[in-house]
Amino acid sequence: MKTMKKIKGTTILAAVIFLLLAALPFYMPMFRVSLFGKYMCFAIIALGLDMIWGYTGILSLGHGVYFGLGAYCMAMYLKLEAAGGNLPDFMSWSGLDRLPAAWVPFGNPVFAVAMAVAVPVLLAVIIGYLTFTNKIRGVYFSILSQAMAMIMGTLLIGSQAFTGGSNGLTDFKTIFGQDIHAPVTKIVMFYVTLLVLVLLFALCRFLTGRRVGKVLIAIRDGENRAGFAGYNTANYKVFVYALSAFMAGIAGALYVGQVGIISPAEVGVVPSVEMIIWVAIGGKGTLIGPVLGALAVNSLKTTASENFPELWSYFIGVLFVVVILWLPGGVISLKEIPGKIRAKLRLHREETSSAEEKIPDKTAVRSK
Amino acid sequence: MEQLMERMDTGVTPVLDIEDVSIQFGDFKAIKDVSTSIGKNEIRFFIGPNGAGKTTILDAICGKNKVSDGKIVFHGDSGDRDVTRMKEYAISDLGIGRKFQAPSVFGGITIDENMELAVARKHSIYSTTFLKLSKEKREYMNHILEFIGLKDKRFQYPSSLSHGEKQWLEIGMLMAARPKLMLLDEPVAGMGRRETEKTAEMLKNIKKECSIIVVEHDMQFAKDVSDTVTVFHEGTVLDEGTMETVQQNQQVIDVYLGRG
Repeated sequence: MKTMKKIKGTTILAAVIFLLLAALPFYMPMFRVSLFGKYMCFAIIALGLDMIWGYTGILSLGHGVYFGLGAYCMAMYLKLEAAGGNLPDFMSWSGLDRLPAAWVPFGNPVFAVAMAVAVPVLLAVIIGYLTFTNKIRGVYFSILSQAMAMIMGTLLIGSQAFTGGSNGLTDFKTIFGQDIHAPVTKIVMFYVTLLVLVLLFALCRFLTGRRVGKVLIAIRDGENRAGFAGYNTANYKVFVYALSAFMAGIAGALYVGQVGIISPAEVGVVPSVEMIIWVAIGGKGTLIGPVLGALAVNSLKTTASENFPELWSYFIGVLFVVVILWLPGGVISLKEIPGKIRAKLRLHREETSSAEEKIPDKTAVRSK
Repeated sequence: MEQLMERMDTGVTPVLDIEDVSIQFGDFKAIKDVSTSIGKNEIRFFIGPNGAGKTTILDAICGKNKVSDGKIVFHGDSGDRDVTRMKEYAISDLGIGRKFQAPSVFGGITIDENMELAVARKHSIYSTTFLKLSKEKREYMNHILEFIGLKDKRFQYPSSLSHGEKQWLEIGMLMAARPKLMLLDEPVAGMGRRETEKTAEMLKNIKKECSIIVVEHDMQFAKDVSDTVTVFHEGTVLDEGTMETVQQNQQVIDVYLGRG
């Protein structure tokens, strides 16, 4: 009964959030719609992180890497299309006179989209396999993943001729032959992102509802015990790690078209940690919580940075501290507060009534 | 001892043979040349003072500790298998279930879901994603939930259970996998007398279907439940036999029983 009710509540919340997003272009200016397109990409990352952190208990501080790989794969295609057969601008500035071999196939949009998904998944499988089968766990894994984010940032900046260095890849003109700045294109990209978000949300709901989701929780609660129950926990961890990388990669590919730039500043350590903050603030282990967290935190960030450009990072910091201290279940656990107050009141009433019971006037109670 | 020899001579098929096993941690030899054999439907108790190596050898059987020398041969459905080089999940799939000292059920899922994970025999990601439990498995699960007395609470989370109930849930989860050998590390530690007695009844019932090795300090419990006991001392086997016979052994009394 209780679980039924819980599922219902989050489903309603999810439906409301997705409907509000779907209706967004009708009541918000184009500029805001594009911003929400970006936030939805973040929500997709948060969803993937919830699978690996909220459900499986693996804290990855390096998902910027997978987001970045997806985004750069897509950006390479966009950049080549914008260059229109010529060498991309930053390459000639860096003294290259020919397109590097690795770039050539990215002229094909299908290849680029496929790589935006395949590269993150492949890297996650390799890294995951090496770490999880060697039983690298907990904080050691977190440090390792953080180091990866750092390496990624350094690599991108260091190989300027191939990646555009710290400026990243930008100045896109068209996407699949359409003007990337046209309102119609932007609306289409917005709805594609929303569709992907809803589909991935449904996928995660499906997985967490099946036994595989229970195995993930079992790994979180007692990995050794799950192993002695016959589950190859390393396989499950590689699977969920690859799944979350897959989602981050898709998010990256969707992000680039809408935002128009990807640079090392969006894929390094700081953004990777920010992703975790969205999940924590939203409420991990609930799927819809992290989606809400990513949307809300980023809206707040935008509002705060528009009005208090110097102070916005403090807002996020304070919010994070408040949630960790007083709301460990995240924003989503706010709904439990009335219940908690009721339980406290009931306890209080029971205490006072048990004190009253000592008065030997039982008839009065019965007649009531 | 004679009784034990007799039993072996009558040709009771062993489920597990531990052959000259040594376990070393760095320079420290925790287990030295231990050999013993667990028969079918036998309840064997491993007793002995702290640090004698009882839990260490359980860990070796289920794949948690590496064996530096010797063999542990399990006689399962798929023939005789030396488990000393196998991964823990593979050993579990062979039919060896392990329960650790502290109750370690999964707190984030309901009692029912805990049992579901335990009763499923297919553990691949594909089967946990797409396959449903068979009707027969569901029925067996219900049977166990009834047996451990948690059927009414099945949709609650384990955090609502008492210490004893958690232990039973874990024993139930072991049963659900239909093992041929169960390894229990201090199953009644922290239980009251009534709960201990109920656990003793359970084990006697479970024994009909599989063999059990119990590590335990509760001597009354050992006396009530055990078929045979192995006394460990400083990593070696001091004596083996029924509880009555080992209690007569002067050495056993000196190092272990006498101190109580």
